[in-house]
Amino acid sequence: MTANDSLLTYCLRLGDDALILGHRLSEWTSRAPFLEEDIALTNVALDFIGRARLFYQYAAELQGGDATEDTFAYTRDVRDFTNLLICELPRGDFAFTIARQFLFDSYALLFMEQLKASKDPRLAAIGAKAEKESTYHVRRGREWMLRLGGGTEESHAKLQRAVDDLWGYTDEIFEVDTVTAGLIADGVAVDPTLLREEWHAAVSRVMAEADLSQPSPGWSVEGGRRGIHTDDLGFLLAELQFMQRAYPGLQW
Amino acid sequence: MSEQSKLYEVFVRSRRGLDHKHVGSLHADDPEQALEYARDVYTRRGEGVSLWVVAAGDITASQESDCDSFYDPLDDKPYRHAAMYDLPEGIDSL
Repeated sequence: MTANDSLLTYCLRLGDDALILGHRLSEWTSRAPFLEEDIALTNVALDFIGRARLFYQYAAELQGGDATEDTFAYTRDVRDFTNLLICELPRGDFAFTIARQFLFDSYALLFMEQLKASKDPRLAAIGAKAEKESTYHVRRGREWMLRLGGGTEESHAKLQRAVDDLWGYTDEIFEVDTVTAGLIADGVAVDPTLLREEWHAAVSRVMAEADLSQPSPGWSVEGGRRGIHTDDLGFLLAELQFMQRAYPGLQW
Repeated sequence: MSEQSKLYEVFVRSRRGLDHKHVGSLHADDPEQALEYARDVYTRRGEGVSLWVVAAGDITASQESDCDSFYDPLDDKPYRHAAMYDLPEGIDSL
């Protein structure tokens, strides 16, 4: 794999994380528990869709030819998507959405802080923009964790269950394969293994504040980076891609 | 939103002006959440550089019935207005 191919693969992974998670968040639009939260969740969804566009636009330039950001979002099949599995899990209940966002955003914040220092100026610029968004996402997420964790017996139970169900998906976040290893060596990609300890400390601190017990699921799954997904991603893509699949090239 | 959620009034200071302007209201459980929702609901298009949220219950407001005693006595004191000056060239309002 050439350096250009590796970089393209890397951009698509990061773009896929953002698009798929953004789409899951967008499913709350008009269905959130109350109006203010509906707007807030939709804002966060748009942050992620915007982030996906930046990575895909760069990927399109790297690929060349007729590729555009839409090529990647709308015309690839399930096995071509390389997002982390945690991003594609169905939105679940509100506690699940909050827990997923908190776990992911806490990682994203640390990740973007480092991406800002990438030797690739485009990635560095995306990192700088995304870091600001993630700072706000983590702030929001932390407060909801405390609110649900310290709320009623029911909200606490739902949040604990969500964290337990999600924990086995967090190992994958910190994996490195040959694609990322090369880019890390070149100073282009972020080494996620270096973020893990800080992520774990930050997340554990809030879970303790929220009176949650540390999950110890004894299981862990991965595969997203290789295109091995849960059944749910196919249904998500069916909705996301319907229009371009039914009317290829449709513009509005 | 829980049952103890309260109404908050939202004030935004825009880039253009120097003072906070009332822009609307929202419901939240506490002031911190109100501030974040104010950011999400009222500054999505870059409207502001500073936000205030105030619990609506903390505002003391004048009443319709106060009008006679509050404002009518000022009607016959035109010398308090600057309306009698001629505006210099190039100045639209004073």
